[in-house]
Amino acid sequence: MIWNKQAECENRDDRKVKQLYNLKKLVRHVYETIPFYKKKFDDLGVKPDDIKTLADISKLPFTTKDELRETYPYGLLACDKKDVVEIHTSSGTTGTPVLGAYTSNDIKMWGEVMARCLCMAGGTPDDVVQNGYGYGMFTGGLGVHYGSHTLGCNTIPISSGNTKRQLMMMRDFKSTMLTCTPSYSLYMAEQAKEMGIDFKDLSLKAGIFGAEPWSDNMRKEIEEKLNLEAFDIYGLTEIVGPGVSNECQAHNGLHVNEDHFYPEIIDPKTGEVLPEGEKGELVFTTITREGTPIIRYRTRDITWLWHDECSCGRTTVKMHRLLGRTDDMLILRGVNVFPSQIENVLMRIEETEPHYQIVVDRGDSHLDEVELHVEVEPNFFTDETKSLEKIKAKIGAEIKQELGISVIIKLVEPKSIARSEGKAKRVIDKRTL
Amino acid sequence: MKVKQISVFLENKNGRLSEVTRILSEGEISLRAMTIADTADFGILRIIAEQPDKCLELLKQHNFTARVTEVIGVRLDDKPGALHEVMQIFEDNKVNIEYLYSTLMLSDDKVVIMFKVEDIDHGLDIIMQNGMEAITAF
Amino acid sequence: MIGDLYADEELERLDRDALRALQLLRLKKTVEAALLTPFYSKRLKGVGITSAEDIRTLDDVRKIPYTTKDDLREAYPYGLLSVDRSEIVRMHASSGTTGTPTVIYHTQKDLDQWTNMTVRSLRATGCTKEDVFQNMMTYGLFTGGIGLHYGAERLGMLVIPASSGNTTRQFNMMKDFQTTTVHATPSYMLHLYSRMEEMGYSLKDFNLKRALIGAEPHSEEVRQKIEELFDIDAYNSYGLSEMNGPSVAFECTQKKGMHLWEDAYLVETIDRSSLEPVEEGEMGELVLTILIRTGTPILRYRTKDLAAIIPEPCSCGRTSRRITRIKGRTDDMLIINGVNVFPSQIEEVIMKMPGIGTNYLIKVRKEGTLDKLTIHTEVGAELFTDNAQDLHNLRRRIVEELSASITIKAAVELHEPGFLPVQQGKAIRVVDERGSVF
Ligand SMILES: [Zn+2]
Ligand SMILES: [Zn+2]
Repeated sequence: MIWNKQAECENRDDRKVKQLYNLKKLVRHVYETIPFYKKKFDDLGVKPDDIKTLADISKLPFTTKDELRETYPYGLLACDKKDVVEIHTSSGTTGTPVLGAYTSNDIKMWGEVMARCLCMAGGTPDDVVQNGYGYGMFTGGLGVHYGSHTLGCNTIPISSGNTKRQLMMMRDFKSTMLTCTPSYSLYMAEQAKEMGIDFKDLSLKAGIFGAEPWSDNMRKEIEEKLNLEAFDIYGLTEIVGPGVSNECQAHNGLHVNEDHFYPEIIDPKTGEVLPEGEKGELVFTTITREGTPIIRYRTRDITWLWHDECSCGRTTVKMHRLLGRTDDMLILRGVNVFPSQIENVLMRIEETEPHYQIVVDRGDSHLDEVELHVEVEPNFFTDETKSLEKIKAKIGAEIKQELGISVIIKLVEPKSIARSEGKAKRVIDKRTL
Repeated sequence: MKVKQISVFLENKNGRLSEVTRILSEGEISLRAMTIADTADFGILRIIAEQPDKCLELLKQHNFTARVTEVIGVRLDDKPGALHEVMQIFEDNKVNIEYLYSTLMLSDDKVVIMFKVEDIDHGLDIIMQNGMEAITAF
Repeated sequence: MIGDLYADEELERLDRDALRALQLLRLKKTVEAALLTPFYSKRLKGVGITSAEDIRTLDDVRKIPYTTKDDLREAYPYGLLSVDRSEIVRMHASSGTTGTPTVIYHTQKDLDQWTNMTVRSLRATGCTKEDVFQNMMTYGLFTGGIGLHYGAERLGMLVIPASSGNTTRQFNMMKDFQTTTVHATPSYMLHLYSRMEEMGYSLKDFNLKRALIGAEPHSEEVRQKIEELFDIDAYNSYGLSEMNGPSVAFECTQKKGMHLWEDAYLVETIDRSSLEPVEEGEMGELVLTILIRTGTPILRYRTKDLAAIIPEPCSCGRTSRRITRIKGRTDDMLIINGVNVFPSQIEEVIMKMPGIGTNYLIKVRKEGTLDKLTIHTEVGAELFTDNAQDLHNLRRRIVEELSASITIKAAVELHEPGFLPVQQGKAIRVVDERGSVF
């Protein structure tokens, strides 16, 4: 089933007319109401009237994550504060978060695009959606939740973690669709074995997996172990959260909900727009957003875009599953982590040196296991195991606070982490996707 | 060849260690070596006694959690480089050392170092093959 | 404008006779829905109720047998479902003593009605669309977070779905978004205060006006302490997932007991041993019938919570009667930092660990302002290996499994034999050292 045939299967020229209309409206609005954008436009000498065709979007300035942080909290708010009904934040590299504000229309739009995604994965109002994304400030949980309600599914807001309960619910309520990170789905498969649950006896037909990079190999493994059809979903808090794009049953690229999120691919070095089919950095403009719309947001994600005549009937542009990042961001257990965040934590702790190495691996559990090797400041070395354990606990707690994930801390001797010339090798990623 | 070491679980609180020494002194147990490994909230006391079985018996009678662990005692000349020699041999033969400590006295002008290794039989073989001396008991 | 005080003036100020007539009407509808469920069709027919017409007056409710938590577990998973599964748009579950959860299904209409109650509750404490609402209750299957979330959005407040924990972030957001209203457990409020200074904040940084507190029993003194420390108003609330969740009863700005929304719930108070009704104003076990839900109708549910109905009308003009704060429980359920836990759930995890057996003691005490769960176990011959790492691993496993099964972060203390009291007769393995909070 297609949730919104009118929008998703529309003739491309007709869609372009609407996109242009919304783009013009947005550009005028942000120019007139947000000093940050006015200044950026003026610096480039571009006026809202210069946008005459969709291609003219390339005249507009980019917006970066750093700028979102600099304008925190309300510098990019495009509506009256009292029209905001919900906010989400995502953590940044330096501790300053990034704000996403939603008006009630934005929440409706979010529910709509997420409902489309569920349908792309074969969802109908008769489905039981077990939503294993975290609820709260993270957009994964509530985004899927709104979409599932919009579609009229039975929503199980189980949130992340508590694997035993996940499996019990899945069995007892015959969940038909599962939403969580791909690695967590494999972890569930392991636990199911221990509990004597066979996925063949469960009712899952589809899984929508995202919030971390994965591969076709992992897809195969997930589909075999969980006995379901696996779909890739893409989204980010800066744009809306989950629901930006999703795979359809043709499993050949992710359909972008481009009537709301206008995508471009650029050369990350020159900023030049690349033609369809070429690999580069993904850029989005949220042409219908009211709370915190964003002009040409540089996602740092690398992929390419193309149109084809998809067997599902949708005419929306497709993006390839993510091919990498233009920065050093790591995705650990679905959480975005910048090595610099870890550095900030270590700087705050006087007992350690800001010399560290992050070792990421996926053990038998299929979940990311993160070890942080830290050098002890020589003055704080004692022969008392107790005080070294205290330092470890302190670092662990601060990292948990900052990143929201638990890491294993290993104290190493001063000067034992290799200093390389130039940029130190901070991350050893042993994960094979 | 293997030496019986008594390991005792101790909570980190005042008076527990002296309780152990009191029991052993009343039981007239002669100690040859001891060491303690501490962590944030508990410690493991390791004892080499002349009468290991009696020592274990006494501690258990007084409600301590104690058990026998087998270790190797290597007798070394009291001279610079002697310890390194045995360490080098262990390293070359991939004998993994979990911990080591020294004894309380010289024996015939020699020192005895206690080794807890991952695979004790392998460790002992290596000691013998290299012409070194492992003690059986005190 | 006095009307501004209410979310739905007509219903909230309905005169008592009309309110009772409405209750009867809704009770009949609820019984009708209940008769469609496998569980109630059998039970109601057993007492001669075969159609809604057998309920003629509100007093006829007493013909219906009580429903207990065990009943709900027995009916798991679908025994209490009264509509076609495709009508269900959400479910919530709470854990039980034995691992079998109790489950509540909601249709879209049920959720709308629930949201009406939460809007009404928020309005009763003075919240308006200008307010910034930071919701510090856990989101997910637990109803505390999502329940008020929808009401606050409907009311047009700015909702920050912070969920529980992460104190630094809570403070950052309270400051950055000038939060006016928070929803949290009373102990978390006290915890926030105790961390404020060391995290570099003072009250001047915030714009806090009120706290909605609930999910754990607390005393009037605790409320006053929260109000004094933060210089705000704190409002008590009551709810349980079997009866939807938060907003069964909520304090109004008078702060003299919680209005139990009687157009949505039929309330009785009974003697816990004779199970006979007690006089209005006397302490008894609360028994509730939900009148606004058809997905999972529940009749005369024994909540195990002790409280009294306050018969006098409230000066705010609302005609729904109030209940006192919850004064205790009739079972051994523990509430640890807002999470309901039965000792048996903890025991199940611990007894599974190799080498522990029944050799443990569970203690709950206050650490600072938060509840702390500590598992004490003796290290006997079966556990001790001469290797410290083995003991660390055991500890880690207990902590991880408890966190997975009851979402509580516990501490594990290892002791020498002789630490635990010698048990005689029925073993007491759970000690609540928090003192009485009721
Ligand atoms: Zn398609
Ligand atoms: Zn009142």
